[in-house]
Amino acid sequence: MEKRKSFPVGILILSALVIPTLAVIVLRFINGLGAVSNLSDGRPWGLWISFDLYCGVALAAGGFTLAGIVYIFGREKYRPIARPAILTAFLGYTLVILALLVDLGQPWYIWHAIIYWNIHSPMFEVAMCVICYTAVLALEFSPAVFERLNELDFPIIRRFNWQIPLRLVRAVQIPLIIAGIVLSTLHQSSLGSMLLILPETLHPLWYSPILPIHFLISAIAVGPAMVIFESMLSSRAFGHKLGLEIVSGLGKTIPYILGFYLLLKLADLAITGEFGLLFNSGVYSLLWWGEITIGVILPIILFSLPGVRRSGTMLFCTAVLVIIGLIFNRFNVSMLALAIRPGYTYFPHWMEAAISVGLVADAMLVIWLAHRFLPMVKKEETPA
Amino acid sequence: MSKAVLCDSVKCIGCRGCQVACKAWNELPAETTTNQGSFENPSQLSASTFTKIRFNEVSSGGKLMWVFNKVQCMHCEYPACVEICLVGALQKTEEGPVIYDDSKCIGCRFCMVACPFGIPTFEWDKPMAWIRKCTFCFDRLSAGMEPACVKSCPTGALKFGERDELIAEARERIAAAPDKYVDHIYGEKEAGGTSWLYLSPVPFEDLGFPTVGTEPVTVNVERAMGAIPSVLVGVAALMSGIYWIVRRKRKLSREQKEETEKEETGIGATE
Repeated sequence: MEKRKSFPVGILILSALVIPTLAVIVLRFINGLGAVSNLSDGRPWGLWISFDLYCGVALAAGGFTLAGIVYIFGREKYRPIARPAILTAFLGYTLVILALLVDLGQPWYIWHAIIYWNIHSPMFEVAMCVICYTAVLALEFSPAVFERLNELDFPIIRRFNWQIPLRLVRAVQIPLIIAGIVLSTLHQSSLGSMLLILPETLHPLWYSPILPIHFLISAIAVGPAMVIFESMLSSRAFGHKLGLEIVSGLGKTIPYILGFYLLLKLADLAITGEFGLLFNSGVYSLLWWGEITIGVILPIILFSLPGVRRSGTMLFCTAVLVIIGLIFNRFNVSMLALAIRPGYTYFPHWMEAAISVGLVADAMLVIWLAHRFLPMVKKEETPA
Repeated sequence: MSKAVLCDSVKCIGCRGCQVACKAWNELPAETTTNQGSFENPSQLSASTFTKIRFNEVSSGGKLMWVFNKVQCMHCEYPACVEICLVGALQKTEEGPVIYDDSKCIGCRFCMVACPFGIPTFEWDKPMAWIRKCTFCFDRLSAGMEPACVKSCPTGALKFGERDELIAEARERIAAAPDKYVDHIYGEKEAGGTSWLYLSPVPFEDLGFPTVGTEPVTVNVERAMGAIPSVLVGVAALMSGIYWIVRRKRKLSREQKEETEKEETGIGATE
């Protein structure tokens, strides 16, 4: 707390980034999607789906991986960073929904997803997982809010006994965490299932019948990396103490997951006899090697070096590599390696970028508010 | 039972009567376009152009010729758009047409991404935007009429009928004039078969038809969706199991600790 600056410049910048977003949203609802984006019949999904949806969901994986590590596997030393991780996941999912409200042609009918079911659609799975998991994350995070309300001495708030909802949520905590893991498993993989409909459009270097498994494993690998990234950032920004052994412990597990991911991808290509594509498909080979070198090979090497795991800066940078590699991968599968209809081109419009940037700034503002007003790193009582 | 249309590029003269008839029947507005150096116009399908004639300049047997082909929704037998539509706004009817329900659609555009033929279009300039594509004149079919485009065709390049009968007729046409046609009925097997079938004097790749495999594009999705119940139960059971084991281990080690403490101090713990 003593480190807090008197004038929060960062907050001003973040707020300034949110304002153009609102203007673009207004424009979209007056003039249609064509007015604020370079999307076309040839490229109906662009930056919003690739970044806000595909990357947003994967980068929210820190929530279920850490909740699993702490509450199911009982690794108590990671407990102090579990709560911020769950909050980030919740915000990630909220962003997905907000981005969809801009991207959809009929956002006011988004609730149709609940009443008109097509159970054969992978997107139905996605929608159900987003709805349920956002609710689960809100409940998982709610003790932080109830604890704070319990301490407040405001006239109306103190009349209510906040111990009651707190105890209720605590009672179902473990079933909630398990539900969160199940939903995340389904949801992370279902984004891969969605691409299974594209055997003719998605480049064979990425298309595979086991694409959902690729998606799940890469999400499990990026979860801890995302937690390292954000907990180190927030410990710097808010002056919380963060033991290096916590982050280096997370860093130690990542190479195993990434190693398995790499083996799976290579074995997959070998089995389908598409190994040659790694070297002879021109720009697609480059994209594949780019994503694998940055996000898989380099982090495996770096996280395995004891010297890297003893240095906070190196741990942070390696985690960033994993995150960049994952973003690279999700852009590849949902945009760059996806054939565009003949006669069309696509490059994101600045207003598309403004929406995405504004939504991320939004999330960072909420994280800042949470660290300011809620017990984020307080040790909670261990359940029995 | 399933209806189909056979498009014969050998018979097509590129009059674009079908294009006009489609606009007229569906009450679609004209589009402002620019000269692209060809009679082909407009250059792409759009929310106000459900069908168009492509003017292909191809060289065959050393001479340059024009081959015309009609583009519209193929009305697949195993439609990707129907399989993946979140709200079931797209449906494959028994009669053949793949039809779209405005009142269900939320505008996610997954159908546009999923279509192996790149057909569905979107109303990009409207604040309330829907998906638009050829309806196979489902309204006319229901009233016992043929599609507007077929009705307007002056040369018989478009023929409406039962799918199996049209395939048989296409085979006969190829057999009767093997020098005029390539031996391929596009749409008979593509993506598991489509309700629109094509004959051509040149290979279909030269006409800009996408090369699509014979397996329905929906098989891998079906497989993945079928695995969901077992994944759901499996992961839940696994996590519960691990939680139980971890908790039990912790309890045992605590009891052990308490016991050793008891022995050391000689004072019995109350519990």
